[in-house]
Amino acid sequence: MPSGGHLLSVLIFFPAVGAAALMMLRGDDHKVVGSIAMLIAVAEFLFSLLLLRSVPIGASGYQLEEFAKWIPAPPIHYHLGVDGISMFLVLLTAFLTPISVLASWHSIQNRVKEFFVMLLLLEVGVVGVFLSLDLFLFFLFWELMLIPMAFLIGIWGHERRVYAAVKFVLYTMAGSILMLVGIIWLYNATGTFDVPTIQQMLANGQLVLEPRTEMLLFLAFFVAFAIKVPLFPLHTWLPDAHVEAPTAGSVMLAGVLLKLGTYGMIRFCLPLFPEASHRAARWVAVLAIIGIIYGALVSLVQPNLKKLVAYSSVSHLGFVVLGIFAFHNISMQGAVFQMLAHGVSTGALFLLVGMLYDRRHTFEISEFGGLATPMPKLAAFFLFVALSSLGLPMLNGFVGEFLILLGTYQRHWGWAAWAALGVILSACYLLWSYQRVFFGDITREKNRPLPDVSARENWVLAIMAVVILWMGVGSPFITRRTAAATQTVMDQVEPQWAYEAAAHVKAKAHANHVSSYAAHTMSVKRLGTR
Amino acid sequence: MLPQAIDLHRVLPELIWSAFGVLVMLLQPFVRSRQFFSFLALFGSLAGTVAAATAFLHGGPGFHGLVQSDSFTFFFRLLVGSVSFLVVLAAGPYLDRERLPIAEFYALLFFATAGMGVLASAQELLTAFIGLEMSSISSYVLAGYRRDSLKSSESAMKYFLLGSFATAFFLYGIALVYGATGTTLLDKMALSDGTSTLLKLGLAMILIGLGFKVAAAPFQVWTPDVYEGAPTPVTALFSAGPKAAAFALLLRIFATVPAATKYWFWAFWVLAALTMFAGNLGALVQTNMKRLLAYSSIAHAGYILVAFAAVTSMAQGGSEEAAPAYAAVLFYLLSYALVKLGAFTIVSQLGGAGEKNLSIDDYAGLSERQPFVAAMLSIYLLSLLGLPVTAGFFGKFYIFKAAVNSHLISLAVLMAINSVIGAYYYLRVIVVMYMREPSAEAAAAGPVPFPIGVNAVLLITFVGTILFGVYPNPVINFILRPSLLAH
Repeated sequence: MPSGGHLLSVLIFFPAVGAAALMMLRGDDHKVVGSIAMLIAVAEFLFSLLLLRSVPIGASGYQLEEFAKWIPAPPIHYHLGVDGISMFLVLLTAFLTPISVLASWHSIQNRVKEFFVMLLLLEVGVVGVFLSLDLFLFFLFWELMLIPMAFLIGIWGHERRVYAAVKFVLYTMAGSILMLVGIIWLYNATGTFDVPTIQQMLANGQLVLEPRTEMLLFLAFFVAFAIKVPLFPLHTWLPDAHVEAPTAGSVMLAGVLLKLGTYGMIRFCLPLFPEASHRAARWVAVLAIIGIIYGALVSLVQPNLKKLVAYSSVSHLGFVVLGIFAFHNISMQGAVFQMLAHGVSTGALFLLVGMLYDRRHTFEISEFGGLATPMPKLAAFFLFVALSSLGLPMLNGFVGEFLILLGTYQRHWGWAAWAALGVILSACYLLWSYQRVFFGDITREKNRPLPDVSARENWVLAIMAVVILWMGVGSPFITRRTAAATQTVMDQVEPQWAYEAAAHVKAKAHANHVSSYAAHTMSVKRLGTR
Repeated sequence: MLPQAIDLHRVLPELIWSAFGVLVMLLQPFVRSRQFFSFLALFGSLAGTVAAATAFLHGGPGFHGLVQSDSFTFFFRLLVGSVSFLVVLAAGPYLDRERLPIAEFYALLFFATAGMGVLASAQELLTAFIGLEMSSISSYVLAGYRRDSLKSSESAMKYFLLGSFATAFFLYGIALVYGATGTTLLDKMALSDGTSTLLKLGLAMILIGLGFKVAAAPFQVWTPDVYEGAPTPVTALFSAGPKAAAFALLLRIFATVPAATKYWFWAFWVLAALTMFAGNLGALVQTNMKRLLAYSSIAHAGYILVAFAAVTSMAQGGSEEAAPAYAAVLFYLLSYALVKLGAFTIVSQLGGAGEKNLSIDDYAGLSERQPFVAAMLSIYLLSLLGLPVTAGFFGKFYIFKAAVNSHLISLAVLMAINSVIGAYYYLRVIVVMYMREPSAEAAAAGPVPFPIGVNAVLLITFVGTILFGVYPNPVINFILRPSLLAH
């Protein structure tokens, strides 16, 4: 197997080949189709693990680059590359895909083959977005990913699936078409779609954008990403899409697709338009904080369990955006970590909600109550995941939120103070809903004979729980590897920050310094909370 | 002055198409076999298309500059020739199903194709007028080809009345231009004083006449009715062939005559904006597939006009700068023709005898009854929507690029908004096909058969759509050849 040369291409196109192979099969035997899909997804995950070896700790810049000419005029290249940030997002995608396959094992009963084909194609689009270093290529995958997701929602979703699917596509397209105009405009100014080249031109002063132009370009990109995140007030598609999507769709949507927005901000908005990012930061932060608090408040009053989790995503992703636009390396690292942590925890929450739905065919909290009696294991897993989502130390949600708040506090303590409200509120809505669903006496007779987790579900949840715990205690494994990449982004967005840093330590050692500092403060905090 | 052999060679495709038209008419009383005519027509359209290549290889002006056989002409001859080839393929099964005479259809198709070829090669306004009339008059008859259908007759009548009105505008415009410049030759007009009011008035008239042919708002009102009533293979032809030819002439006039160019930027800007909105907003509420596609073709004319606005805003800077905008127009017309032909062919086949099943609701659950057809139609619709890996995406991309290049950011944004509006109604069809259950009768009726000719059309258009969506290089390289743009 390729260990370096074309690993990235393999990562992108292996699921596509798998999907094509799956398409050739007869779809009668659901078990065979599912097993093959699972095999493909697991193999893809194993391939993605190879990335860990290829991205050295502390190395800045892109690794494993692939470059090929594609279209001569305008010059569009097939340019791929990976750094610390995108590596983990690819890992997350490759991890959640087999989980989604397992989650759909029984709950998908019609057009099973097509379902798995769509799931794999979705993976192609998402991995492609994370690995593209050419704006055009990036846009191509960005658009491609829409179709499988829309089908996943629209064909295998719940009652109002068509409405949700169309809304999802229209919202995303509205943003992305404007981004296309922005991409072409940027091309016009630079003569290239190549991201590293544009960054270089910015760095050495070859490209100077007039403030107004820069702001418009920033907005063209930012709005597309903000819709995807989703940032308040562009979030209205999200609850619909989540509630109507099948479990696997929700897992992929919350776990990976939302991260495309924040990833886009880190990869494109900040490095390409640093001045505009700074000028917009205040407003973005305000929206992010509104999103944090608003999402949490809406979650608090949600009668629908799945919508509750969906709105909690709005709140959690608000933290990520805040962390990005605080322009502090620690908060940026926190943002990246939170993206990964949210992917796993919220993915797990959606799995659990999906399992409840499989048993009762409803998401209404009032229909549940006292579920811990018939299904103690599921209740235990749910509690564990809820705790990770609300940021209990030792579990993954804590690390990201803490780093974000820590970094943001050093820049703008007011922002951090407001955002901290979200931490409290998330404990409120998660624990309260947990109490209503699982504790107390059984309120509906229908719930009494419900079976506890099956062996398959047990495995899925156990894997998720292990990852959640591992990310909580072994966070330096991740932060050490993302440090250099986030530092590069910080340098691009804020040269003077790097300048300050150089005064303390040598620039190269700085990245390690920050992460060990972060890890240190974290352990201090952990001791304190115990 | 007798025409030289080389003159004839440079209009060889049109000669071949016309000759085949006459031949088909002459043979019609004597030959019973429908298949014979189908093969003859296939051969004829192919022969003309091949002749386009030899005419290009021996290129140059013909008939003292009345026509021009250059790579631009070659591109459009190839396009209209291929369109008529595909229409022949698709029309055979259709005419059999509807029990319509076959020979006359092909004869008219040949004359229309020849007219379009003349339009594409004309370098002089009266020649262009002859081409326009040839293609228009054949089109009027073709639109009413289902004589016993009321809608078809209505379509022909409307097309004829409004079309002749527009032709009159065009002719009057030629007269005024001649009055102002003393010539009808485009390259001589280029040297004349562009500020004369008479010339501007004449060009405005020409713009109105051609605007009608390409269905630009506010001259687009005929389109949905005519497209809906005409036999579906003819609708496919209308949306691909005459439109491309009219755009070719429009491009020649307004891009090669600098005097004409300077003043028309805003005209094209407004036309483009109006046309996009008229098409997309109209399409939103349609329930009939043919009308939906008709409105969508108005919208696409609007997108192409965006590139025209880019061409006219750049022309002062020399044609070097405007090259990508030309390329955008040509590539878009190609990608659009492929997709529309494919889509209308599917609509024609699914319509069933008498074209009864044209409502979008008739497509409910198509993905379960005929998964391949549903997948094909989805690809075509996604290409119209402009999603990647389809030719439509690159078409749109090049137009966006041309617009941004010319600093037409506001127009590009309007186009972006329109793309999103467009997404809604294209998606609606896909949603119906994939996410709705088929009606009881439709499920009972079983799959609609797709004869080999129709499948061939689908295969060709599908392969083209994907191929140019992944690898547009050959086409773009050909279009961007200097000879194509240096008129």
